[in-house]
Amino acid sequence: MKDLLKKLTETYGPSGNEEEIRRVIEEEMHEYVDEIDIDVMGNLIAYKKGNGQGKKVMLSAHMDQIGLIVTHIDDNGFLRFSNVGGISVLNTINGRVIFKNGIMGTVSYEEEIENIKDIKLNRMYIDIGASDREEATEKVSIGDVAVYYSPLAESNGRYIGGAMDNRAGCALLIKTIKELKDCKNDAYFVFTVQEEVGLRGAKTSAYAINPDVGIAVDVTSTGDTPKARTMAVKLGAGPAIKVKDGSVICHPKVKDLMIDRAEDIDIPYQIEVLEWGGTDAGAIHLTREGIPSGAVSIPCRYVHSANEMVDEKDLENGVKLLVKILENEIEL
Amino acid sequence: MNFKYGCEEGDSVESKDFLARLIDIPGVSGYEKEVSKEVSEVFKGYCDDVCIDDFYNVYGRKTRGTIEDKPKIMLAAHIDEIGLMVKDIDDKGFIKFTTIGGVDQRILLSQEVIVYGREPLFGVIGAKPPHLQERGERGTAVKIEDMTIDLGLPPQKVKELVRVGDIITFKSPLVSMQNNFVNGKSLDDRASVAVMLETMKELDKLNFNADVFFVATVQEEVGVRGATISTYGVNPDIGVAIDVTHGDTPDSPKEETNEMNKGPVICIGPNLHPKLSQQLIDVAEDYSLQYQLEVAPGPTGTDARAMQIIRDGIPTLLMEIPLRYMHTTVETLNMDNIEKAGRIIAFFIASMEEGWREWLSY
Amino acid sequence: MVELLRKLTEARGVSGNEDEVRDIIKGEISPLVDKVYTDGIGNLIAYKKGKSPDNKKRIMLCAHMDEVGFIITSISENGMLKFRPVGGIDPRILISKRVHIGKNRIPGVLGIKAIHLQEPNERKNAVKVEQMYIDIGANSKEEAAKLVKLGDYAIFDSKMVEFGENKIKAKALDDRVGCAVLIEVLKEEYEYDVYACFTVQEEVGLRGAGVAAYHVEPDIAMVVEGTTCSDVSGVDEHMYSTIMGSGPAITIMDGSSISNKKLVDMLKALGDAKGIPYQLKKGTTGGNDAGMIHTSKEGVATCVVSVPCRYIHSPSSVMDKSDFKNTIELVKEFVKGCE
Repeated sequence: MKDLLKKLTETYGPSGNEEEIRRVIEEEMHEYVDEIDIDVMGNLIAYKKGNGQGKKVMLSAHMDQIGLIVTHIDDNGFLRFSNVGGISVLNTINGRVIFKNGIMGTVSYEEEIENIKDIKLNRMYIDIGASDREEATEKVSIGDVAVYYSPLAESNGRYIGGAMDNRAGCALLIKTIKELKDCKNDAYFVFTVQEEVGLRGAKTSAYAINPDVGIAVDVTSTGDTPKARTMAVKLGAGPAIKVKDGSVICHPKVKDLMIDRAEDIDIPYQIEVLEWGGTDAGAIHLTREGIPSGAVSIPCRYVHSANEMVDEKDLENGVKLLVKILENEIEL
Repeated sequence: MNFKYGCEEGDSVESKDFLARLIDIPGVSGYEKEVSKEVSEVFKGYCDDVCIDDFYNVYGRKTRGTIEDKPKIMLAAHIDEIGLMVKDIDDKGFIKFTTIGGVDQRILLSQEVIVYGREPLFGVIGAKPPHLQERGERGTAVKIEDMTIDLGLPPQKVKELVRVGDIITFKSPLVSMQNNFVNGKSLDDRASVAVMLETMKELDKLNFNADVFFVATVQEEVGVRGATISTYGVNPDIGVAIDVTHGDTPDSPKEETNEMNKGPVICIGPNLHPKLSQQLIDVAEDYSLQYQLEVAPGPTGTDARAMQIIRDGIPTLLMEIPLRYMHTTVETLNMDNIEKAGRIIAFFIASMEEGWREWLSY
Repeated sequence: MVELLRKLTEARGVSGNEDEVRDIIKGEISPLVDKVYTDGIGNLIAYKKGKSPDNKKRIMLCAHMDEVGFIITSISENGMLKFRPVGGIDPRILISKRVHIGKNRIPGVLGIKAIHLQEPNERKNAVKVEQMYIDIGANSKEEAAKLVKLGDYAIFDSKMVEFGENKIKAKALDDRVGCAVLIEVLKEEYEYDVYACFTVQEEVGLRGAGVAAYHVEPDIAMVVEGTTCSDVSGVDEHMYSTIMGSGPAITIMDGSSISNKKLVDMLKALGDAKGIPYQLKKGTTGGNDAGMIHTSKEGVATCVVSVPCRYIHSPSSVMDKSDFKNTIELVKEFVKGCE
């Protein structure tokens, strides 16, 4: 799991620029599936045939990550930027970022600002060490996107890194593909694009696949850190079965099915009520005449920072849960 | 749509009794199964056919007429309600909760609720007693994070019966007031389901040429989700959303509210089809049925928002019932408006005749 | 017992308007006592003669009949009613609640501007009473005036509910539960003369009790209350005033009186001896009828025993039936044991 997670989290792939991460994922799992397709949006769709009697299930994990898009290069070679997805000021100040071509930079803000609350993204800049505009323009152009630079670290069975949202979800899906033996259902594993900017890849791929059931795999927040907002999800206490977030109220039958399967194999699991945010299930369930959908979430601390933390056990148990769901009849 | 029942004529149902029964049934967004069952039972008495989809949208169908190309008209009123959901249970057995749909935290204190755990459990919403609060706290509203639900049960019992993700409804039955006014919870938008019932009754007295779908939609309060998928399924020629709108209250701006005694409200604006809206107004005028007009400068916060842009685009209308104190447990409306709205819509449906397709096209 | 509590808590009896409650109590206790009468301010006083012929000791038991509520102060042109609270009500609990106005219990609601019409910041501020109004569905001032008069009292519309484990939800548990305790206590015979005083206007300044004590001239007095219980979420344990389910709370001291030490010791001893659970009330704030009684004339040895009630002064107060039962037992033992 560690090697896979390292590879996935350290590969570049902000929303709209998923080419590299898509190639890495495809390489990882193409031998294990029956068919692979890349659609016009750039979604990577891996199909694994069932026994002909099961349901058509779409499992989706987004492979894009949040980033910083260059909007202006000034005379002294500093880059102004805007956000791609939910970039927060606090999580970005004095962090390192990296562009697709490997150019690194550090992020700072206009020094005259006294109160941290007054810092807005448009008063921050990326410093790539260029001495003037010309030098900067040779390396980076307007529209290029940087992502947090964050090599994977391990500590106490937990992983710290960038883009755990949602490469951890991608890892979970890849592992599931590899460990699936007797797949009863027709499974479409979709590594979606542009989730962070509005669940866009999931919307089109769900329309195309038109599944019977949708399952999103993504990270979720936890409530187990000092003075955290109340939330009954803890790191390491098992994969979280989603009840709701800002984008979806999971179909009660899908939620109950997940709980039943988790109980069947006796893995730890938790119930997730997320008061904000959204995930691919939000787009999937509203497709066409409606697709009953749910989500399995990986508890993750410090989401949307350069140092997101997940627990290996939650991932392993998540794999077991998905395998169990797919290898059994799905009755709704 | 999987119609399978086939319906027989049922006993007539009074709208007020129907509402009184309906608002007592839990139906927080995403968990409308029970309320949808009740609605389907009542629809069966008035429709040719009734079915429920995977998401618990209820469809009642009524087809009449001799013309070949009958318009398919979809009426939509949502059956979900705002409510609460268990977020966590603390060591003392008190329940922390979040809201489903827009809830003003200031209505919550001392409210009676039902927590749908392994069994329905009565509880009250409390906070720290006032005398313990810091001085100066009284001017600010108690934050929802500082409130909990008290089930009167020991912690281990609570943990046995309740789990994170369980839904919670307010307990607030229908109460009659002066002048045929009533108050209660979830009249937004169960009142409009009663409007559909009135339309069905009125249609039974009329000749009309149309294939009418009465759809009780789900998940409106969390983003018009039920209307999105049900409209896709029905794919109607004309959509009519029915919802509540703001009634006049002393603390609301007059220009954003409607009078309680001047009939239902026809909403006009870019989200609604101009020709059809005019037709609705003309019908009301022709039959001397009272109505008021409201202007929505953009997409409305109703099912009409979704219906208009499904598939090839659906010409959509919006009929509304004035309602005071929306999204509280004492939503107040005038029952007269429900009947009037139902009749206007029925007459509108009956006004569709041969050649409607050409007439409707731009 | 529970049915008695239901009758009492659902009755209307805002301070100054206690008639309905008084009538109920009078009906309940008339067969149990030797004499029942109402004094000039409205207190209901019941005299139960002691069995012991030579003992002239008088014990006064006191519970107040009144509850917090509202009084109508004006009717607006649009038919909405303006009001003021009677007694201490946190205005923040009022929004989206139902009330009954006047003798005919005209139903009304306390509404609020729809959330859709508010600025997000509005929801952080509490609504002031002056901004609130009661809607009865009347279309005009004239129409409303036919149903409601200025000075009419309004109560919360709140039915008693049994729920949870042994719990009761109701309005006016403060102090109908005290009234109920006294009624139950009067069902037994005692050695000494007992005066049960059901007082008026406690919530607007302990106004009834002083008058009653002056008249009764007791040697010993006990006030039975429904008191705050703060053993709820978000409160540190050292801040609990009482704990629900732990038995009657004996007051050591509050804002209006310091209980007679001998009586407190006696109560503790009785509880221990008879196996009746009790607790000592921790908070020292608030006040009750004891404040007036213990300073009456030359002074009266007074104590206070309370049933813990969460969310007091709201339409949804909560108490435990076992506390109710144990309070009755403790008060009975107290009356028996007074020497």
